[in-house]
Amino acid sequence: MKRLPFSPWHLVLAPLAILFALPLVWLLVSSVMSNAEINRFPPALIPSGIKVDGYRFVLGNALFPRWFLNSFIVSAVAVTANLVLGSLGGYAFARMRFAGSKVLLGLMLATMAIPFQLTMIPTFLVMKQLGLIDTLGALIIPSLVTPFSVFLFRQFFVSLPRELEEAAWIDGCGRLRILVSVVLPLARPALSTVAVLTFLSTWNDLTWPLIAINHDTNYTLQLGLTTFQGQYHTQWAAVMAGNVITVLPVLLGFLLAQKAFIRSLASSGLKG
Amino acid sequence: MASVVGTFTVDPRARRAAKRRTRGEGATAWAFVSPSVLIILGLSVVPVLWSLLLSFQANDLVSPSEWVGLANYKALTADPAFAAAVQHTLIYSALYVPLSVAGGLAIALMLDRRIRFIGLYRTLVFVPFVVSAAAQGVLFSFVLDPEFGAANSLLHKLGLPAQGFFSDPGQALYLLVGISLWSGTGFCVIVYLAGLQGVPAELVEAARIDGAGRAGVLRHVVLPTLVPVTIFLVLFQTINALQVFDLVFVTTKGGPLGSTTVIVYFIWEKAFKTFTAGYSAAAAYALAVALLVIGLTLQFYRRRVAR
Repeated sequence: MKRLPFSPWHLVLAPLAILFALPLVWLLVSSVMSNAEINRFPPALIPSGIKVDGYRFVLGNALFPRWFLNSFIVSAVAVTANLVLGSLGGYAFARMRFAGSKVLLGLMLATMAIPFQLTMIPTFLVMKQLGLIDTLGALIIPSLVTPFSVFLFRQFFVSLPRELEEAAWIDGCGRLRILVSVVLPLARPALSTVAVLTFLSTWNDLTWPLIAINHDTNYTLQLGLTTFQGQYHTQWAAVMAGNVITVLPVLLGFLLAQKAFIRSLASSGLKG
Repeated sequence: MASVVGTFTVDPRARRAAKRRTRGEGATAWAFVSPSVLIILGLSVVPVLWSLLLSFQANDLVSPSEWVGLANYKALTADPAFAAAVQHTLIYSALYVPLSVAGGLAIALMLDRRIRFIGLYRTLVFVPFVVSAAAQGVLFSFVLDPEFGAANSLLHKLGLPAQGFFSDPGQALYLLVGISLWSGTGFCVIVYLAGLQGVPAELVEAARIDGAGRAGVLRHVVLPTLVPVTIFLVLFQTINALQVFDLVFVTTKGGPLGSTTVIVYFIWEKAFKTFTAGYSAAAAYALAVALLVIGLTLQFYRRRVAR
């Protein structure tokens, strides 16, 4: 038998990879099809050309850009707040001695095991009391800082050598100054992990916006896309164009910072 | 004695002053942690206790609650809709968890080699994982649309009969499993790939020298080192599977004929559609206790394996 000019593993792996990619390829392809191509039977599998009708429809819709902006605001605030509050809290738990720190840290860790369903009704009632239901505030406040962010920063800071900080401490620097100018510049892996995981979870969330938001001008993209599909289910090209726009920020982020994404998610797994 | 930091010699007086500052910094520490503590504990401990109270009450999210004792829990055990939701969730989990973990292991083992395009293959297998459940749901609602979808179009080309897909109560739940496998297996793959980096090369070497073949190395060296990772993945995937909601909401809304009503869908419906929040809280507590038991069991098992 003649040897293949390439590894035989390609014969298994290439079809497998294509299988995983195919739905997303189809998402992209159908977003540039015309409704006529989709609506005839059987629908076309290969478009005759690139039509931007779907995108024109979505971007011409007054609400879609608004949803994008809403999602962007919620995610941006959540990421920033998790970096700031998570690193502050994580640093105190890693380096500072204060009464009750062990108990508090244990309590915060334990809250990671609480399923969302257990907190969603009271959180809804709290947000209602605060007058925040149907505002972006209701989406932002619960995602300002997660126990995971605090814990991840703490673990990272604990692993850093103390000597660098001690020099600054003896020079009379305050803790905040040390955190900002000595510790955080060394903490890029922790910062990127928290940013990636926070962005993924807030941008992709559907359940909480579904509960906390009523009026369509306050929808996030995920919620908007879902209702958009219900409303325009005969205009699949437009729905798929909207879907591409919804997925694009995460996909672009993933492709640009693939290493950070994979390291973050794999480490969240290994440390569990 | 003067202590040495790097190459500097530190004045012992400065050292003592620094020590004194460390002792008196409780206020600073609290300033650092209090925002996190307030938000995290305020939005978890308080709601958890509140939910417990709610589960003993009748509440419509508007008027004041009424104490009903164990009535919600009693009603839950007798509710055929809840029993059905539990059953659907168990079927979904019993398929999704083993298939995603075993599939993830198989794919990771195949991807753990240095050949051309391996980076591309890894990316493509993993990329569905970052796509939101809402986007997955909308995409597959289209692909599987009985009239306009590509799936039936393909079946037609192959001369096969058209399928109802999400409109067929006998298929919908299994389609949800399939979609979740498409997006969730990639996570297991990258965790296993990371775990495979931790397989000690000298152990593999030693096994080879002792005459172990490829299958022998896999069975006696590689798989045993992956046991902790596997337990973690089973736990993680089980917790996710028992809490599946977004995908169901976007694709089937629990239908057709209630065939895809899972536990969390039931909880959401009872709270925010029929406004029986106390009943919903009781169902949420039942789920939470189940999750806790599973979590503790697997953690215990992991500890035992680690020893």
